Amino acid sequence: MNKREFLKGLILFFPAGGLATILTKRVGAGETGGKEKGPEAPGGKEAKTRPNGAYDPERHYYGMGIEIDKCIGCSRCVEACKAENNVPPEPFFFRTWVERYVITRNREVTVEGINVKSKTARETTQDDREVLRSFFVPKLCNQCANPPCVQVCPVGATFSTKDGVILVDAKRCIGCRYCIQACPYAARYLHPETKTADKCTFCYHRVVKGLLPACVEVCPTQARIFGDLRSKASRLVRFHRMNKVHVLKPSLNTDPKVYYAQLDGEVR
Amino acid sequence: MNAERLQALYELLEQVTGYIYPNEIEIHWSILIVVYPYVTGLVAGAFILASLVKVFKVKEVEPTYRLSLLTALAFLLVAPLPLLLHLGQPLRSYEIFLTPNLTSAMAMFGFVYAWYLMAVLLLELWFEYRRDLVVLAGKTDSRMRWIYRTLSLFSTDISEAALAFDRKAIRAITIVGIPSAFLLHGYVGFIFGSVKANPWWSSVLMPIVFLMSAIVSGIALVVFLYMVLTAVRNQPIDMRCLDTIVSYLFYAVIVDFSLEALDFIHRLYQSEESVKILGSLITNKLFMSLLVLQILLGMFIPLGILVVARAWKFNEDMRKLLYFTSAILIQVGIFSTRWNVVIGGQLFSKSLRGLMGYKMEIMGIEGLLAALVLLALPFLILAIMIRVLPTERLGDQVTRGA
Repeated sequence: MNKREFLKGLILFFPAGGLATILTKRVGAGETGGKEKGPEAPGGKEAKTRPNGAYDPERHYYGMGIEIDKCIGCSRCVEACKAENNVPPEPFFFRTWVERYVITRNREVTVEGINVKSKTARETTQDDREVLRSFFVPKLCNQCANPPCVQVCPVGATFSTKDGVILVDAKRCIGCRYCIQACPYAARYLHPETKTADKCTFCYHRVVKGLLPACVEVCPTQARIFGDLRSKASRLVRFHRMNKVHVLKPSLNTDPKVYYAQLDGEVR
Repeated sequence: MNAERLQALYELLEQVTGYIYPNEIEIHWSILIVVYPYVTGLVAGAFILASLVKVFKVKEVEPTYRLSLLTALAFLLVAPLPLLLHLGQPLRSYEIFLTPNLTSAMAMFGFVYAWYLMAVLLLELWFEYRRDLVVLAGKTDSRMRWIYRTLSLFSTDISEAALAFDRKAIRAITIVGIPSAFLLHGYVGFIFGSVKANPWWSSVLMPIVFLMSAIVSGIALVVFLYMVLTAVRNQPIDMRCLDTIVSYLFYAVIVDFSLEALDFIHRLYQSEESVKILGSLITNKLFMSLLVLQILLGMFIPLGILVVARAWKFNEDMRKLLYFTSAILIQVGIFSTRWNVVIGGQLFSKSLRGLMGYKMEIMGIEGLLAALVLLALPFLILAIMIRVLPTERLGDQVTRGA
């Protein structure tokens, strides 16, 4: 290698090295990109924050996957949600809840709410021999990409964030309850203390800090999977790869971001 | 949360049949939201009757022209109150004007309402009454004089040219007013009809059904008020006027009925996913209010009465009795229509698997008493307005005198 070749090499080497560094950073950011910053997502803090350390909502797009066959109906998610988000304890106010479906041999469908500390939760109401299949379905706000609740709010108190979460500004909400009427999933309620609409936020206060939503955190069977749709390496993307997924009430074109695996046709 | 309301929710829990989503126990739009479309419907209907005189030159209806306009105003003034009382945070209601969400049908309320009140009703009333107010201010004592002068906005010109301008303005305003009245009530129907989450509401016919039933109820209300007013004043009823109004009422009821029947048949024939739960809703929860009150008592019987009144040549007293009865029955029917839409739409679960109950409060701010007060209030306002503003044009001799 003569001097000329060495210098030529240098000219190529440094910019290429710089480019490679930038690219690796990019990929890293894309892959860990602020999905669940649980224990298995190392180095996420750096990747998901802006240069000045602030959370950048434009780099994320959250969703949830639910594996119906993994849900055992323990209701820990419901309890955790109520505790985390100051949801009133009475059985009329829920940000998330679990339904139990029992389908008998003669195709009769019985649905029950498995509420916190409810008696029915641990009772079998059917004769086992008559049961064809039975399963639990956790429900929550579907964080629709085309949300009817946001469309109808007269004052813009409920809105979609850039990272794909539907929030309510409790200081602006006038309590007209049009959003509650417009939600096809009945995921909203009027908070009895604030008299404003309230709903699941994917535990936004936790998510922006790199934590998982409370319901996902406590689920003992990992039936709920939270993740970033914008990230290539997110658990949610893996969930999409490994399962045939479906959403609730697709005919209404709300474009939900809560995806169900093994969803039964009886579930509405 | 107060214990009473919680107790009520626990009671409602026992009325649930089948499965409902847990957040659905509470009925969010109560009796006040039934009152709201009922009242705005009366506004739109009364105004459309009034516009028959000015735009379509139906001279027979002239005696009820001013009464119709004043009725529309009295009810329009009360219309926002049920909404306001119903809000969880009524003190923030001004936000609808400050930061309206342009995709929300409800956000348009403020603008439609303000437009209708300021640009249509008050303006038309002012032009209509201006001459009379000037005349009255000239011939009454000092206290009333100031009221009349203020109401006429201190105008004094009653020259023929000015009056000709008034007439022209009224015609122009009425022409703008008819689509505005359609807008006012059509949009109320749209608020319900556009909710795709609710199969009982979601219908493209909803705004038109609302509009037709509004016209029916508004005309029936003016018939009622006109008859009561003449009786109170001990004046003779202009039967030509009454017969004409009632014939309009008759056709409006037929159109309204056809539209509702079309809606019903269409749902039944299409037989979509929701048809079972809606059938069960009608038979279990709305039997009395829909089949008995709305359709039988509020539509078939008054329609039958009107057919009989038109087919047989009854004498005046008998016709008056028949008209009066059908006007009242129609009010009952249209109020039930509003009830069945608003409350009925909240008595079945969006899971389409269960029905819930509604227990009306009596005393509370969203209770029966509040609703009755709101329904009585426009009549009180109307009574006061009629005292100040004559419902018939002042005679020509007065003009000459002044």
